[in-house]
Amino acid sequence: MTMVDPAVGSSTSQHDPPSIRTEALTKRFPRVTALDGLTVSIGAGVIGLVGANGAGKSTLIKILLGVLRPTSGRADVLGRDVTTSDRELRALVGYMPEHDCLPPDTSATEFVVHMARMSGLPAAAARERTADTLRHVGLYEERYRPIGGYSTGMRQRVKLAQSLVHDPRLIFLDEPTNGLDPAGRDDMLALIRRIGTDFGISVLVASHLLGELERICDHVVIIDAGRLLRSSEIAAYTRVTEDLVIEVIDGEHDDGAGALSSRLVRDGVTARRNGRLVEVRIEDEATYDQIRDAAAELGIGLVRLQQRRHHIQEVFTDATV
Amino acid sequence: MPPSDQPSGVIHDIGYRGYDGARLGRGYLVRSLFSHSLRGAYGLGRPARSKVMPALLFGAMALPALIMVVVMVITKAGILPMDYVDYIPVTFYLISIFLAAQSPQLVSRDLRFRVVPLYLSRPVSYADYVLAKYAAMAAALLILTATPMLIIYVGALLTELPFWAQTKGLLRGLAGALLFAAVLAGIGLAIASATPRRGFGVAAIISSILVSHAVVSSVQGIAIGTGHPTVAMYAALFTPFYLVNSLQLWLFNPRVSLLFGSMPMPQGWQGAAFAAVALAIVAGSASFLLLRYRRVSAS
Repeated sequence: MTMVDPAVGSSTSQHDPPSIRTEALTKRFPRVTALDGLTVSIGAGVIGLVGANGAGKSTLIKILLGVLRPTSGRADVLGRDVTTSDRELRALVGYMPEHDCLPPDTSATEFVVHMARMSGLPAAAARERTADTLRHVGLYEERYRPIGGYSTGMRQRVKLAQSLVHDPRLIFLDEPTNGLDPAGRDDMLALIRRIGTDFGISVLVASHLLGELERICDHVVIIDAGRLLRSSEIAAYTRVTEDLVIEVIDGEHDDGAGALSSRLVRDGVTARRNGRLVEVRIEDEATYDQIRDAAAELGIGLVRLQQRRHHIQEVFTDATV
Repeated sequence: MPPSDQPSGVIHDIGYRGYDGARLGRGYLVRSLFSHSLRGAYGLGRPARSKVMPALLFGAMALPALIMVVVMVITKAGILPMDYVDYIPVTFYLISIFLAAQSPQLVSRDLRFRVVPLYLSRPVSYADYVLAKYAAMAAALLILTATPMLIIYVGALLTELPFWAQTKGLLRGLAGALLFAAVLAGIGLAIASATPRRGFGVAAIISSILVSHAVVSSVQGIAIGTGHPTVAMYAALFTPFYLVNSLQLWLFNPRVSLLFGSMPMPQGWQGAAFAAVALAIVAGSASFLLLRYRRVSAS
């Protein structure tokens, strides 16, 4: 598999215009430069925005919403300029902020209906969409109770629901797993993945946790101190390397792994023993045959052949070093 | 499949459905926020405890009007016990409490719980937000003050007081109520928006109105006592209820008010000062709110 040019975006978007495109986007606050000449182009799908706290993720999202004006540079979202077509753009996107944003004295239903109307949905449609959306995010009977009594997980679901209720084409989620326990985190991540795949809504999800995004994103953008570190498909980050991991049963040998690796090396294959496993560099299809023949001749049982994947963490450390 | 084939009480997950219906424009959004905020000012769509205060005040405002109607019907006096334009100055304590208690409901809550960013992520601007909130607070005050006037009007017609004179009186009263609503809503919202803490907002609004009222009253008393009626007249500029009352009497009612007969009212060009200050309060508080929310939207 080849490395995808970041400018091309994810595979689903090669014929679509990019959902988000920025050019030399810069935002300076009186005391800090939040974004520093950020140029990136991202397609549809679930997109991860990764960076440490203070890397400029929230600032980027606010600029992409047209709420914050960039100091210089430009940005397009869904083909609309964020400074000149911001109102039109905000009808098409949803936003889940990082912080708490729910009044405790109203019910989830009441609040989400109001937010649906604030996106232009007529009253009847707002009520219908609210019922649907709250069900999709997993809020049932409790939706008629005041939000003040909700758990963090339920609040995050209400925040997500209000960003989805008007059926946007793209939603911005700022640290959606903040404050959730491991189970709640898994639920939220699965929900975000579903929004991208089943609902057909593109998602830009910001997080400082790389591991989370690895599981749910098609594309990851890494920023650091307001600059682009890297932007490419998740498959490119964790792309399948040409390394094969083989687990063996010793069979007639005392040390099956050792025997197999030395036999493969003798046959001219790049192989290395790693405990009970053998790691083999696959040159071409013939390498598989060589492994099979060597195992058969040595009388060793093959338990598992697995392609080794890089983890996104390794990529991030590579990129920052 | 006909419905009868399906067992009842089963919820089928039909998956995600998109929305292809209407998406209404800016006018609808501002109207939606306006009606949501106006309902909020009376505690509608909120828990029961939020309804107590506005309902009590609404009842207390209407009660004198109902009593007046009963008195008019029983005595057949053939005269209004009180002019329409005098109703607001007489009930100003109740209106002040309503303003202080309910203005923070409209703005502090969104600031404190950080709901404002959600509004701004939708196709509304901070100016739309300010417009809807200002209009909603003014409308809430107008409902509070116009309802008793309408009760008196109905009572007056029931006792067969002259129709045209009463209608004219009512319209003057309503126009005055509009002036009061515009000025008071501006003051209430500007002060309330300065703090996300509701309690601070309530205290700041009630004290600014009552303290200025007390100070102006005593200055007027001294000025009249020492023979400076013009000083007393201009002192009214410095507290909202006297200010708007002077303005409405100058605009609509050349005669001296029944209740404020002892107090000199602006005559001729003097009234322009009152109009200018009232306008300055409305424009100033609107500008303050716009600046305040521009900062919120940029943070």
